[in-house]
Amino acid sequence: MIPEIGEFSLILAFCFSILLAIVPMYGTIVKNELWMHYGQSMARAQFFFVMVSFICLGYAFATDDFSVAYVANHSNSQLPAQYKLSAIWGGHEGSLLLWALILTGWTLAVSIFSKDLPLDMLARVLSVMGMVSIGFILFLLLTSSPFERYLPRFPADGADLNPLLQDFGLIVHPPMLYMGYVGFSVAFAFAIAALLSGRLDAAWARWARPWTNVAWAFLAMGITLGSWWAYYELGWGGWWFWDPVENASLMPWLVGTALVHSLAATEKRGVFKSWTLLLAIFAFSLSLLGTFLVRSGVLTSVHAFASDPERGLFILIFLAITIGGSLTLFAIKVPNVQSESRFSWLSRETLILINNVFLTVMAMTVLLGTLYPLLVDALGGGKISVGPPYFNAVFVPIMSLMAIGLGISVTVRWRDTPLDRIIKAIWKPALASILIGAVFPFIYGSGFDFSVFLGIAISLWILLTISLEFISKFKHADSIFTKLKQLTMSYYGMMLAHAGVAVVAIGITLVSVYSEERDIRMVAGDKATVAGYEFEFKGVQKVQGANYTADRGQIIVRDGKNVISTLNPEKRHYSVKNNMMTEADIDQGFFRDLFVAMGEPLDGDAWAIRIHYKPFVRWLWYGGTLMALGGLVTVADKRYRRKKTIPATNEASHA
Amino acid sequence: MKQLKAIFILSIISFFSTTAYAAIEVYQFDDAEKTARFKKLTAELRCPKCQNQNIADSNAEIARDLRAKLQLMLTANKSDDDIIQYMTERYGDFVLYEPRITGQTFLLWFGPFLLLAIALFIVFLIVRTRSKRIINIELNTKQQKQLDGLLNKKQGS
Amino acid sequence: MPRLLLFIPLVLFIVLGAFLWKGLSIDPRELPSALINKPFPEFQVSALRDANKVLTTADFIGHPLLINVWATWCPSCRQEHEQLLAIAKEASIPIIGLNYKDDRNAALAWLEQLGDPYKFNIYDEKGMLGLDLGVYGAPETYLLDAQGIIRYRHVGVITAEVWANFKVMLANGWKNETT
Repeated sequence: MIPEIGEFSLILAFCFSILLAIVPMYGTIVKNELWMHYGQSMARAQFFFVMVSFICLGYAFATDDFSVAYVANHSNSQLPAQYKLSAIWGGHEGSLLLWALILTGWTLAVSIFSKDLPLDMLARVLSVMGMVSIGFILFLLLTSSPFERYLPRFPADGADLNPLLQDFGLIVHPPMLYMGYVGFSVAFAFAIAALLSGRLDAAWARWARPWTNVAWAFLAMGITLGSWWAYYELGWGGWWFWDPVENASLMPWLVGTALVHSLAATEKRGVFKSWTLLLAIFAFSLSLLGTFLVRSGVLTSVHAFASDPERGLFILIFLAITIGGSLTLFAIKVPNVQSESRFSWLSRETLILINNVFLTVMAMTVLLGTLYPLLVDALGGGKISVGPPYFNAVFVPIMSLMAIGLGISVTVRWRDTPLDRIIKAIWKPALASILIGAVFPFIYGSGFDFSVFLGIAISLWILLTISLEFISKFKHADSIFTKLKQLTMSYYGMMLAHAGVAVVAIGITLVSVYSEERDIRMVAGDKATVAGYEFEFKGVQKVQGANYTADRGQIIVRDGKNVISTLNPEKRHYSVKNNMMTEADIDQGFFRDLFVAMGEPLDGDAWAIRIHYKPFVRWLWYGGTLMALGGLVTVADKRYRRKKTIPATNEASHA
Repeated sequence: MKQLKAIFILSIISFFSTTAYAAIEVYQFDDAEKTARFKKLTAELRCPKCQNQNIADSNAEIARDLRAKLQLMLTANKSDDDIIQYMTERYGDFVLYEPRITGQTFLLWFGPFLLLAIALFIVFLIVRTRSKRIINIELNTKQQKQLDGLLNKKQGS
Repeated sequence: MPRLLLFIPLVLFIVLGAFLWKGLSIDPRELPSALINKPFPEFQVSALRDANKVLTTADFIGHPLLINVWATWCPSCRQEHEQLLAIAKEASIPIIGLNYKDDRNAALAWLEQLGDPYKFNIYDEKGMLGLDLGVYGAPETYLLDAQGIIRYRHVGVITAEVWANFKVMLANGWKNETT
């Protein structure tokens, strides 16, 4: 009964999404305020019914209702309770329901927090979001219902959740990621609403900014969590593979980053209006494209969903309508008139434009590399692969150039900045970062290494320029505290996010160059030395887990004489699906991780043991978290809540 | 950025290939240079059977065989080119994660830089017009104020 | 700015969409053999039934034939065995088995139990011939012409449908066979 309520509730939600798409929009056409107002209650109803549906699926999981096919395929009576709940989004259908829940959740949030918006604008925004939900809920209902039953006979127990997903990572990573993907629908809806209304002043940018920043922050956090999860869970000790599914999340993030910046320019200076609109459309389009790539089976990925051409076709049609429609609208409605604002070569506008070029080109590079095998194949050129060597070769130079620009940008003002002032601000940090970058590989490593030089110099360059900029704020301040309070949240957010970029860059550089990795044959009592640490293998014992059995190794790590850690990597066997799993154990540290994983048992009681030394690997995720935090902090800016707006002067405009 | 060989579960997966656990084996070489080459080559050769894994990470039968063959070829002092040729003769260009530069992949390799050049040229054109245009800054601030006033009114309503 | 330039994003998206649509009908995991239109690799490997008998490519020349890569550890091979027996019964083309990374006794027992569709079997114990041939997983079936040139490879189970397709190729020659 409960699953049927879930399905029925989803159908009701679908009806409300249709009403939401039509009624308020129609209200704006016939100028009927009452109809426009309906948007808010429909957004509520839509969210409520998707929520009910979601709870019903959760109930089916919690009560082990294996007559529901989706539950039977993704759960098991032995599965620990927390994974039973996260298993809701452990497969295609349920994760799509989560997507719908988050989408209607964002719609609800817009209807609640945007009371200050002109009524017709809010009505249009909600309607556009309703149109997007129509697509997703219809997708669920037509091709991917999670409530389908195994009837008349259903299995006595479930097929179990993939062991790799039985982890904390599954609980937090997908919701975060989807918050980001779907969050871009808000900026998209604002852009479409602006195009429809023809009111293409800077106002829409101001309204869309906080929403975009939050979505961007969630996506950053989602990607960071995913990287961290893969690192500890998969046993390979790596953190990014340029797999199509990863790329699918990176593309909207890169374009989203461009959007965050160009929205700032549009809001503050009224420039790049059409471009910003286009970026808002792009960011969400790439989220949708990612959905297609992940769920249609056109590309091979280690972590693709079970592919189904029928689903692929549905999403493709949906893409054609949404993206094709909005790009057509864009081409027709964007006005030809350019804004009157003037800016010089040495202005923040110019640098934001360059930043946007780099980010967009990077996103296009990822898109090209991801789809190239498909393009070649479609043109009859056979099968080729595009993998990490390609992406690293093309991506890294472009990324480095951009990072150099980032350092300059913080010293540059809107409209115009005298050259001597820029030079005065940057020559010291430039010199210092080049010198320290050049010396660093000699001190930390064993000799000069160009990538270390480049990575360290660039990271320092960013850190130094933003620190000096920050300090310069206090030059004429009477009191540090007053000044600290005076600086806006947008400013702090920007500082945090930019510092995050530097921290990530340090992590990438050092872990890529100075990692050490050895696969060693060990019997109990054997010792091995990796990166100055001594690893003693004490042997293996059998342990019984909740729904698995495991061989658990014991490895004692010594730093000279002192024991610094005892690591217990496991080789698990999950009996339901007959799956083997490598559960690595990690001694975490601020400056380095020691990562140990167990391979196969070898002849003579020996085991293949993988030992990694990963310097600064955690900085990747620290940096990612800083970026996400930066994005969130900007939202606390009073400007977005105060009804009276602060006049935009040169000095007050930081972000 | 040499050893980016991870994987990360960005979206949720229902059907991982059954052999998604890490392949950990012991290969000994008499010198460090060969060990490094083994690591590099296994990371850059794609397992033909797997979903999207290199032969270093994959636990598929064929990946094991290819690793074993690679070890034999390295011990027999074969060059990287020989090894790559051996692999592509049998499994095609599909096994190369680093696609060769050919007419077919020209756009792939040079497209991004071409795009960057074009885009930067457009930026050049935009900034040139914007920095040339002489308008009354006074008026501009006034317009800005008008806009702000408009915003205030809208948000107040 | 000329108005038409604003349509560039839309045009690019339409092109992309066309490729994606085409992509739906392409299986990204189907890998054509790199040896199409090339001779079967040289080898000297013992026969399954007689460890002392050495087989070479010379045993292939003269007429078109199928080479079926199989093993007792491969569940799909059991699935296609019926079809192979049916093909053998038709007797239009000989099937040669390539017993891949298998145990000799297990393989012999399998043929005993399920029937033997093969003219003879190559016993590739270590899978080294398989490696030369670009085999990446059993079952695979190769179509060779009378000169011992590989003309087609099918990866996966041989079904009646696949066999019908093979027969069309055999009848029409080697024009459209490369996938």
